[in-house]
Amino acid sequence: MDANTFLIQVLNGIQYGLLLFLVASGLTLILGIMGIINLAHGTFYMVGAYLAFSLSQHFGSLWLAMAGGVVIAVAIGLVLEWLLISRLYYRDHLYQVLLTYGLILIFEELRSVVFGDDVHGVAVPEFLRVSIPLTETLSYPVYRLWMSAVCLVLAVGMYLLIQKTRLGMMIRAGASNREMVQSLGININLLYRLVFALGVALAAFAGMIAAPVASVFPGMGNQVLIVCFVMVVIGGIGSVKGAMLAAILIGLVDTFGKVLTLDIGGFEVLPQMSGMMIYVLMAVVLLARPEGLFGKRA
Amino acid sequence: MRGLRAGTVVLLACLLALALLPLVAEKYYIQLFTKMMIMAIFAMSLDLLVGFTGLVSLGHAAFFGLAGYVLAFAAPQYQAADLWLSLPLAMVCSGLLALIIGALVLRTSGIYFIMVTLAFAQMVFFLFHDTKIAGGADGIYVYAKPVAAIAGWEPFTLENHTHFYFVVLVLLALVYACLRLLLNSLFGRVIVGIRVNEPRMKSLGYRTFRYKLVCFVLAGALAGMAGYFAAAQFGFVSPETLGWHQSGSVLMMVILGGMGTLTGAVLGAFAMMLVELGLQGLPVIGGVEIAKHWQLLMGAFIVCAVLLLPQGLLGLGKLASRLRSKPAEARDG
Amino acid sequence: MAEAVLRTERLTKHFGGLAAVNDVSLEFFTDQIHAVIGPNGAGKTTLTNLLSGDLPCTSGRIYLDGDDIAGLSPDRISQRGVGRSYQKTNIFLPFTVLENCRIAAQSRLPSSMRFIRSAHAYPDVVLAAKRALAEVGLEHRAQVQAAALSHGEQRQLEIAMTLATRPRILLLDEPLAGMGSEDSTRMVELLRQLKQAHAMLLVEHDMDAVFALADRLTVMVDGRVLESGEPELIRASAAVQEAYLGTEEP
Repeated sequence: MDANTFLIQVLNGIQYGLLLFLVASGLTLILGIMGIINLAHGTFYMVGAYLAFSLSQHFGSLWLAMAGGVVIAVAIGLVLEWLLISRLYYRDHLYQVLLTYGLILIFEELRSVVFGDDVHGVAVPEFLRVSIPLTETLSYPVYRLWMSAVCLVLAVGMYLLIQKTRLGMMIRAGASNREMVQSLGININLLYRLVFALGVALAAFAGMIAAPVASVFPGMGNQVLIVCFVMVVIGGIGSVKGAMLAAILIGLVDTFGKVLTLDIGGFEVLPQMSGMMIYVLMAVVLLARPEGLFGKRA
Repeated sequence: MRGLRAGTVVLLACLLALALLPLVAEKYYIQLFTKMMIMAIFAMSLDLLVGFTGLVSLGHAAFFGLAGYVLAFAAPQYQAADLWLSLPLAMVCSGLLALIIGALVLRTSGIYFIMVTLAFAQMVFFLFHDTKIAGGADGIYVYAKPVAAIAGWEPFTLENHTHFYFVVLVLLALVYACLRLLLNSLFGRVIVGIRVNEPRMKSLGYRTFRYKLVCFVLAGALAGMAGYFAAAQFGFVSPETLGWHQSGSVLMMVILGGMGTLTGAVLGAFAMMLVELGLQGLPVIGGVEIAKHWQLLMGAFIVCAVLLLPQGLLGLGKLASRLRSKPAEARDG
Repeated sequence: MAEAVLRTERLTKHFGGLAAVNDVSLEFFTDQIHAVIGPNGAGKTTLTNLLSGDLPCTSGRIYLDGDDIAGLSPDRISQRGVGRSYQKTNIFLPFTVLENCRIAAQSRLPSSMRFIRSAHAYPDVVLAAKRALAEVGLEHRAQVQAAALSHGEQRQLEIAMTLATRPRILLLDEPLAGMGSEDSTRMVELLRQLKQAHAMLLVEHDMDAVFALADRLTVMVDGRVLESGEPELIRASAAVQEAYLGTEEP
C-alpha cells in the first residue's frame, strides 16, 4: 500500500468515524437525559437516507431535501415521544428494548411497502461533485471532506452542549432521573419531547448526508445501530472525548480491515472477516476496561 | 397449596393434549406444533436469563443458530449425523460460545449488557455471513435428519414427522422439569436473589459473577438444543437463524407469556408463533399484500403488547382471577 | 491487651475533590462495641462501605486478623467473617422473611453450585436462618413476604440476615433507625448479647443507645476523627461538646 492509498484510507476511516459519532450522539443524548434505550435509532438513520432519496428526486435538490427531511424527522420524533416513548419512562429497559424493536419492524416494513427492497443511489450536489487530485490516478472526492466538516461542526456543538450547559452536566453525571431534572426548574415533559426529537433529527440528518456516499438500502439502519452500540461501549457513556476516540478507532479499524489482507495458516482472515474486527476491538476493551475507555469506574 | 395443585392439573392436561395431538392432527399441524415446542424450549432458556437472573440478553439467537451450524457440519454431503453424538456436541459448542461471550458481557450490566450481548451476537452473525466456512449469506442445507441408532437398533427415526414430534415433546417436558428442579435448588435461589438484589447478594458473600456465568452457559446450551432441532426440522441453516431478529423475537415470546415463569415462556412461544402464522395468512386487502408485509403488523402487535400487557398473558389470567375474587372479599369484609 | 481483629491505618476516601473519609485509623476488638458518631455527612457510612468492600478506598490499609483486605471485593470480605447491615434497608422484598434469612445462611455453604436437590432440603441452613430470626424476634413473621413487614420489622430482618452469615465482626449502620421504642429496647439488648462473641462497629444517632452500649467511642467530623476513646472521656471532651454533642443536649 503506497502513501497515497494509505492517506485516502485514513481519510475514509476518519470520515466514517465522524459520521458514526453524529449518529451515536443522538443515541447517547436520549440515553443520557431520558434514560431510554432506543433500538429504533438506527431506523431513523435509514428514514433519513430514504427521505433524502425521495425528497431530492421530488425537489431536484439535496439541500432542499435535507431541509425538508429534518423537519419531517423532528415531526416524527415529536409524535413518537408523545404517542409511545412517554409511556416508557417508568418502565424497565426491557420494555424499552421491545417497544423500540417493534418500531423497527414497523418502519422497515413501511419502507418496504413504499420504496421496495432495492438499493438506490442519491446524487451528490452539483458544486460538491469534484475531486481533489492526489496523483495522476488517485483523487479524493470533495463531498466526503464536506461530510467530515459538517460532522465536526455538529460534534463541536454537541461538545459545547455537554460540557457547558446544565443539561450537559446531567448527561455527564449519567443522571436519567426525572426528579433531578425537575429540580433544576426545567419543564420535564417539554424537554424530553424536544430531546427525543433532536435525537431523531440527528440520526436522520446523518442518514441524509451519508446517502450519496453509502447509497440507500434495506437494513442500513440496524447495521449502523449496532456499530453505534459498539462505539458507546468502547467510549463509555457520558464522555464526549471517549465517544470521539471510539468513533475514529472504529472508523479506521473497519476501513483498514476491508483493504488489508491477512492470512493465517492459509486461511484468509482479512478482508474476509473484516466485519468482525470492530467486535474484536470491543472485546479487547471489555477485557481491559469494562467501563469503556473514558467511562467512570463504578 | 390448592392453587399449586390446580396449576399442576392444568399442566398435565396440556401435556396430555399435546401427547394426543398426533392422533387427530394432519401432518402440517404436527410439524407446526413441533416447531412451536422447539421455540418454547428456546424461550425457556432465555427466560432463565431474563426472567430469573435479570439479565436482559439481546443476543440469545447466537447460541441457537450456532448449534444448527454444528449439525450442518456434523452431517456433511447428504450423510446423516448421529443424534447421540451430534446433539451433545452442538450443545457443548453453544455452551462454549456462551462461556466466551458470557465472560466478556457479564463484566457489564444494565443498558451496557443489552448493547454488548447484541453486538457479540452480531459478531457471530458476521462470522457466518461474511466467510465461506458455511455457505456465507446463502446458508447451508442439512440434507438428512440425524439418525438415532444404538448399536444398529433405531428406537425412533426423525425422518418420521410423528416420531420427531414426540422426541421434541419429551424434550420439552424434560427441560421444563429440569428447570423446575434447578430453580428450586441452591443455585436457583442464588440466581433469583441476584435478580432481586445483586449488591446484597455480594455483601452476603456470593461471588455473583460465577453464578451468572454458569447460568449464561446453561442457557446457551439449552438454546443450542432448541437450535439443533430447529435446524434438523427445517433442513436449512442461514445466518438469519442467529441474527438479531431471532433474538428480538424470542425475547418477545418471553415477555408476551409473562417472564419469570416457565409456563409463561412456553405460552409466549406458542402465542407468538400463532400470531405470526395468523399474520402471514392474511388475505390481500385493497391491492396490498398484507401477508407479504406481515412484519408491519407484528411490529404493531409488539408495541401494543408492551403498552397494554405489562405482565404478559399470564398476568391477564391473574388480573381476571383478582377481578373475580374482589367481590367475594368485599362480601366477607 | 489482645490483638485487634479489625484495624484501619490512615484510611482515606476521596470523591472527586471531597475527602469523605480522611486519614482514619481505628481498632476493633472482640467483645467490644466501637461506636462511631458524628453529624450527617461526617463520613460514617462511607467508612462502613470501605470496611465492607462496597467502596474501594483511595489510600490507607485495612487489616483483618493481620491481613490487608483493602481492595478485596465485598463477597470475599463477607466470607472472611465481616457482616454488615445497611442504613437503607437492603433486603429481598419479594421473598418471605424466612427465605431472606435462608439465602443469607446459604452463603456459608462451601458452594451453592448445586443444581438438583431442593434448597429447602438443607436442614442446617434452614435451622441457621430460623435461629437468626429468633434472635431478632421475628420468628413469628417467618412466612410473611418481606415487603409486607413494617419499617421496624424490616430493620430487624436486615440484622437477622447479617447474623445468619455467622460473622465475627459486625458493621451495623444505624440499626435502630426508624424502630419503635419497644423494638429498640430489644435490639439494644440483642447488641449487648452479641458483643460477647463479636467485634462490632456501631454507627448510630440514638445517643442513649450509644452511651448504653459503647465500650469505645469515636467522633467523626468532616471525614476526620475528632476524638476517640472511652465514652466518659468523650462525653467530657470540650471539642466534642462544641462540634457535635452540644447541639443535641441543650
